[in-house]
Amino acid sequence: MRRHLLSGADLTREDALLVLDTAAELRALADRPIKKLPTLRGRTVVNLFFEDSTRTRISFEAAAKRLSADVINFSAKGSSVSKGESLKDTALTLEAMGADAVVIRHSASGAPHRLATSGWVRSCVINAGDGTHEHPTQALLDAFTMRRHLGDLDGRRVTIVGDVLHSRVARSNALLLSTLGADVTLVAPPTLLPVGVEAWPVHTSYDLDTELDKSDVVMMLRVQRERMNAAFFPSAREYSRRYGLDERRFARLPDHAIVMHPGPMNRGMEISANVADSTRSVIVEQVTNGVAVRMAVLYLLLSGPDTRLDDEPAGQEVEK
Amino acid sequence: MTDYLLTGARPLGGEPTDLLLRDGRIAEPADAGKKVVRVDADGLVALPGLVDLHTHLREPGREDAETVLTGSRAAAAGGFTAVHAMANTDPVADTAGVVEQVWHLGQMAGYVDVRPVGAVTAGLGGSILAELGAMADSAAGVRVFSDDGKCVSDAVLMRRALEYVKAFDGVVAQHAQEPRLTEDAQMNEGTVSGVLGMRGWPAVAEEAIIARDVLLAAHVGSRLHVCHVSTAGSVELIRWAKSKGWEVTAEVTPHHLLLTDDLVATYDPIYKVNPPLRTAADVEALRAALADGTIDCVATDHAPHPTEDKECEWAAAAMGMLGLETALSVVQHTMVDAGLLDWAGVADRMSVRPARIGRVGDHGRGLGAGAPANLVLVDPTASRTIDPADSASLSRNTPYTGMTLPGAVVATFLRGRPTVLDGKLC
Repeated sequence: MRRHLLSGADLTREDALLVLDTAAELRALADRPIKKLPTLRGRTVVNLFFEDSTRTRISFEAAAKRLSADVINFSAKGSSVSKGESLKDTALTLEAMGADAVVIRHSASGAPHRLATSGWVRSCVINAGDGTHEHPTQALLDAFTMRRHLGDLDGRRVTIVGDVLHSRVARSNALLLSTLGADVTLVAPPTLLPVGVEAWPVHTSYDLDTELDKSDVVMMLRVQRERMNAAFFPSAREYSRRYGLDERRFARLPDHAIVMHPGPMNRGMEISANVADSTRSVIVEQVTNGVAVRMAVLYLLLSGPDTRLDDEPAGQEVEK
Repeated sequence: MTDYLLTGARPLGGEPTDLLLRDGRIAEPADAGKKVVRVDADGLVALPGLVDLHTHLREPGREDAETVLTGSRAAAAGGFTAVHAMANTDPVADTAGVVEQVWHLGQMAGYVDVRPVGAVTAGLGGSILAELGAMADSAAGVRVFSDDGKCVSDAVLMRRALEYVKAFDGVVAQHAQEPRLTEDAQMNEGTVSGVLGMRGWPAVAEEAIIARDVLLAAHVGSRLHVCHVSTAGSVELIRWAKSKGWEVTAEVTPHHLLLTDDLVATYDPIYKVNPPLRTAADVEALRAALADGTIDCVATDHAPHPTEDKECEWAAAAMGMLGLETALSVVQHTMVDAGLLDWAGVADRMSVRPARIGRVGDHGRGLGAGAPANLVLVDPTASRTIDPADSASLSRNTPYTGMTLPGAVVATFLRGRPTVLDGKLC
C-alpha cells in the first residue's frame, strides 16, 4: 500500500481487498463487549479538521481509540487557524508534537495532497474529505457495506445519484468501485455532472427511472438546497421529482437491491423518509462499518515498518 | 560615454558581423575608434532589446513581492529593454500621479524603460473611467490602458474606453474573463478539473469577451489588444477579427506556450495562474498562432508573489508566476528549436510588434545603423537548469524550477549602456 491515503485511485485492487478483508475481521469486534485492541498503543493519530464534520471525526476517533492509539482532535474553530495560521505552520506544529498519522478534513480540494507531498510532515496522511475532490474512506466503507450484502462486487451495478459535481463521495466511489470491478452509473441533471466526466471509468445518465430496475445498489448523494440559487436546478421540489428516491421509484428496484446514503440526509429532498427507514436501507449500517474500515486503514498504514522513525521523505511509496 | 564594439554577433541569427554602439545608437563598425570596449559576441545572436507589454512590478503597494528596481533588474537579465508596468498596484495606477511615480522609479532604476500602464476604470472598480487623458498627457506618456487582473466586463464602459483613447492614440488591453462564468474559478475547466474537484475556468469565459470586444472595436474603429490569450478558440476569434481588417492585436505568455493543466494534479500552487494553464491542444494552437502572426507578441505576465502566498493550499494561493528571466528561453524552446519561428521572428514577436502596440518609440527599431542601441546578445547554444535562487526578482515563484531550458542572455544594452554583461547584471 502507499504511505498515504489521499484518493480512491491510490488503492490497487489488491490494496482495496486487503483493507476490506482486514475491516471484516475488525468488524467482528464491534459485536464484542470489549471493543479494544492494543495494536496501535503509543501511536498518535491527529484528527485535523478544518471543516465541521462531527460524523467523520467521531468515526476516525472511535477507530483510532479501538486500536489504542492516542487521539488528538484539532479543529480549526477555536484553534490558531482561526487566527490566520497557515496550513504549513499547523502541519509543522503537528510534526513537532510527533503525530504518526494525520487525518485531515479541509474545504480546499487537494489540501491533504499538499500536506503529504510538501515535506512539512513525516506522518501518514489520510484524506477525510477535501473540498469537492475525494473522500476515500467513505468509498471504502461503502464498498465494504456492499460486499456484506452482495458479495463480490465484480459486475455489480451501482447507481450513484445526485450532486456529482460537488461530491467527494462520488469521485472516490467512482474510482474505487471501478477498481473493484463494479459497473458504476452516475445519475444527475446535466448541470451537476462535471465537465470531462466522460473520461471517468463510469457510465452517466440524466434519467434515474431508466437505471432503477438494473441496479444492485442505489446510492443517493446529499444535495444542498442552496444549489438552486446558483441555477443548478430550478427548485428543491423539481429536483426531488426528477431525482429523488421516493416509494414509487423504490418499488421498481430489484428485490435484492440496497439503498445507501453517505449522510447527512435531506429527508424529503433526495430520499423520502420511508425509503431511508426501509429494511433495504443500509444507511445506519454504513456508519458502523465506517469505524471498522477506518480501523483497517489506520492499522495498515501505521503497523508496518516504523513509519515514524524511517527517513523516507513524505510522499514516497513505502512497501508494507 | 563608452563605445562598445560587439564582434562577430549574428543580427537576428544571420551572418556574423560587428556592431558598434556609440552615443546610444548603433553606428557603422568602421567608425570604431581605439578607445572602444570590445565585446566578444562570436556565435551570439543579436536581437533588438525585448519589450514586454505585460509586467507586474508590484510597486507601489507590494514591495515585499517586487519593486520597480528588482523587477527592472529581472527584466534586463531576461534581455528586456522596456517593460509595461501593470496598473493593479496599491494604490492603483489610475491617476497621473501614480503613473508618474512608477515612471520616475523606472528612470531611477535605469535598467529598462518602465512604461506604466494606466487603469481603464477608477480603482479597477469597473464602474467609471479613470482619468485616461491625464495619464496620457503625464510625463509617463501612457498609451496602454488595462484593468488587468480584472476584466472590463461592462459592455458600455468597454465601448467608451475604446472610443476615448483614440484621442491620444491609446490602446485598451483587455483581460478577457467573463466574471460570472469564472466565480471562484481555480483552474481550466476540463477533464483535469473534474477529477481534481476544482472549480473550472472555462475557455468560453475568455472567448465570449474576446468575441464581444473585437466587435466593439470594429464598431467604434478603435485599437484593441487582448492580454494573455490562452485558448484555441480565442485564436480562432482573433484570426477572424484580423481577417476583417480590424485593429486587433494579441499576446501570449511563455507559460501558456509550454505548460498544461495536468500539472495542477500536483496541487502545487506554483502552477496557479490567471488565465489558467490549458490543454495540450490549446498550447499547440497558441504556438501556431504566434508562428503565423495571429498572435502578435509574447508578453510575460510576470507576476511575483512572496513565498507565503504560494506555500499553502491551492485555493488559498495567489495567482501568477514569474516570467521575465525565462521568457526568451521558453520561446527558444517552444518556437525556435521546434522550427516554428526563426530569430528574426523572435525579434518581431518580442520586440518590434510589442513596441509598436505600446507606441514605445525607441524600442523595437531593429539593428541597423542609426537605430537606438537597445539590444540583447543571446547564446542559443547555452542551456541552463532553472533555479529560483538565481532570480534577480524579489520573488521565487517560477514554475520552471528544475527544468533545463535552452539559451542564455549574455548581454543587454539600453541606449548603448550595458545593463547585463557576461551574463551578469551591471
